[in-house]
Amino acid sequence: MRRFTWFNATSLTLGFAFLYLPMVLLIIYSFNESKLVTVWAGFSTKWYGELLRNEAFLDAAWVTLQVAFVSSTIATVLGTMAAYVMVRAGRFAGRTLFSGMIYAPLVMPEVITGLSLLLLFIGIGLDRGVFTIILAHTTFSMCYVSVVVSSRLVSFDRSLEEAALDLGCSPMQAFRLVTLPIIAPAVISGWLLAFTLSLDDLVIASFTAGPSATTLPIKIWSSIRLGVSPEINALSTLMIAVVAVGVITASIVTKRAALRQQADQRAAERA
Amino acid sequence: MTQTVFEPWNDPNEKPLIQFRGVTKRFGDFTAIDNQTFDIFEREFFALLGPSGCGKTTMMRMLAGFETPTEGTILLAGQDIAPIPPNKRAVNMMFQSYALFPHLSVWDNIAFGLKRDGMARDAIGDRVAEMLKLTRLEKFARRKPHQISGGQRQRVALARSLAKAPKLLLLDEPLGALDAKLRQDTQFELMDIQEKTGTTFVIVTHDQEEAMTVASRVAVMDHGQIIQADTPARIYETPNSVYVADFIGDVTIIEGTATRDGAGYRIDFAEGQPALYAETDIALTDGQRAYLAIRPEKVSITAEKPEDKRNALRGKILDIAYLGNLSTYHVELPKGQIVRAQTANTRRLSRRSFTWEDEVWLSWTDTAAVLLER
Repeated sequence: MRRFTWFNATSLTLGFAFLYLPMVLLIIYSFNESKLVTVWAGFSTKWYGELLRNEAFLDAAWVTLQVAFVSSTIATVLGTMAAYVMVRAGRFAGRTLFSGMIYAPLVMPEVITGLSLLLLFIGIGLDRGVFTIILAHTTFSMCYVSVVVSSRLVSFDRSLEEAALDLGCSPMQAFRLVTLPIIAPAVISGWLLAFTLSLDDLVIASFTAGPSATTLPIKIWSSIRLGVSPEINALSTLMIAVVAVGVITASIVTKRAALRQQADQRAAERA
Repeated sequence: MTQTVFEPWNDPNEKPLIQFRGVTKRFGDFTAIDNQTFDIFEREFFALLGPSGCGKTTMMRMLAGFETPTEGTILLAGQDIAPIPPNKRAVNMMFQSYALFPHLSVWDNIAFGLKRDGMARDAIGDRVAEMLKLTRLEKFARRKPHQISGGQRQRVALARSLAKAPKLLLLDEPLGALDAKLRQDTQFELMDIQEKTGTTFVIVTHDQEEAMTVASRVAVMDHGQIIQADTPARIYETPNSVYVADFIGDVTIIEGTATRDGAGYRIDFAEGQPALYAETDIALTDGQRAYLAIRPEKVSITAEKPEDKRNALRGKILDIAYLGNLSTYHVELPKGQIVRAQTANTRRLSRRSFTWEDEVWLSWTDTAAVLLER
């Protein structure tokens, strides 16, 4: 099957070009000397320097990180709890309805989520700012966490919890000492997912942000309307770098853990 | 020298450790355990044996505290255990899947229960070392469960459930995941450990050989009821029903009508066939349907009609199952019934006296067959 054909090569090239050409262009132009984005005038890193002196961008970045960190943490706690209950509670009347309702926000148009949250915040008289963005992001990223964690819990051997109870744990201790450490990888990936979702959300944030707080995506979006500046290219390149490093590290760590486990198992079978 | 036989169930002064009093467990419409009353005594190795779905695991889970009886009470050392949650019971369980905590080392797995009891650090260290020694796992203390073999995992699970010195240890199909050879070794190891620790063991298994090997008493279950609970020898030699006779070991069942004759009954089972005879303690009315259960190893197979035996049938060899040490002959009677006879292969195969299609005589003594009502 490992044959090189012109068809394979072409489809591979086209596919990757489709996916990555825009990003590559963006990265290249972030090193452009010229202020005109579409005219190449030599290599330079000056826009990165400019970026670091732009307070508005730095403030927005700080808000975004805060929002992403807090909302993904709350979403992880709530999402894990929801997943645990849905998987463990067994059959009860309305179970399908409940689990459907947990997953519905996944397919809900963001505009509607954003609008309804805006109406709620206005209705209860909550001033829009960092706090409301955190609430909004928690709401929509919670269901992603819940999906990731419940898929792990479904394959979780129930007798591990029973063994913990049998050995003297209270149900709370059993969860903390046995269940949580075992499902930790799923909880962490749920958190990472929520974090990234919050990091790049534009729609919901623009509904729920107020004059006191602006997130980075909103900031980028509004400055684009005044024309694309090379500074934004630099900023985007940095974000791509951060995400890429994160993803690559995570996959290397997972891969090596899996390899080590396999090697251990083989050694154990031989012994 | 008099040897004291371990038979607390025959001693009226002995207080049972566990008492089931009219215990029923229902899951919706399904009755898993049907009004059971029985006792298990201290230091017993009690086996619950039966096909899957007979309720043996439910019985065990009620003892562990993962299920509560729908009706009736379970007493542990005289105390009703229904209101006590699993984590407060002096009962530990060894799970079928072993349920070792994958994120903890062997040492930490064994120490897990002791830490929950708030035991002092030194005492935990001593106790874990003792358990590792008992199960010969000293070398593997620092390994994680996925770094040891199946047999070793099984011993870690045992060590972990024994570490808290429970009054009662429950074993759920403990050897199910091991291969045949390792199973046998482990069975003897289990018995040895049970004797050393003096703990009461209750084992659930569907493997009759395993139950017979390890247990002091075996309870044969079917459809949520214990059909017979007795020593392995008595279960085998004097089953109380066709179900038990058939479930344990190999047996030929002959159905016929009973007529009183001396110390036993004459059984007419087919027209044109000589009547069979069995001595028994049970009382039947003349003409009642009855079943004769005959173990194959109690049937002798000869070329000539034996003069001294009342039970003698003529038949033709249909099949021979050669098992190495033993051969089982399937002999067909003129009316089509199959009777099994077993002989030890003390001679080389080439000198075997019978072969397929041979006409032979089957015979057994007056006390060899067990007469059953149902």
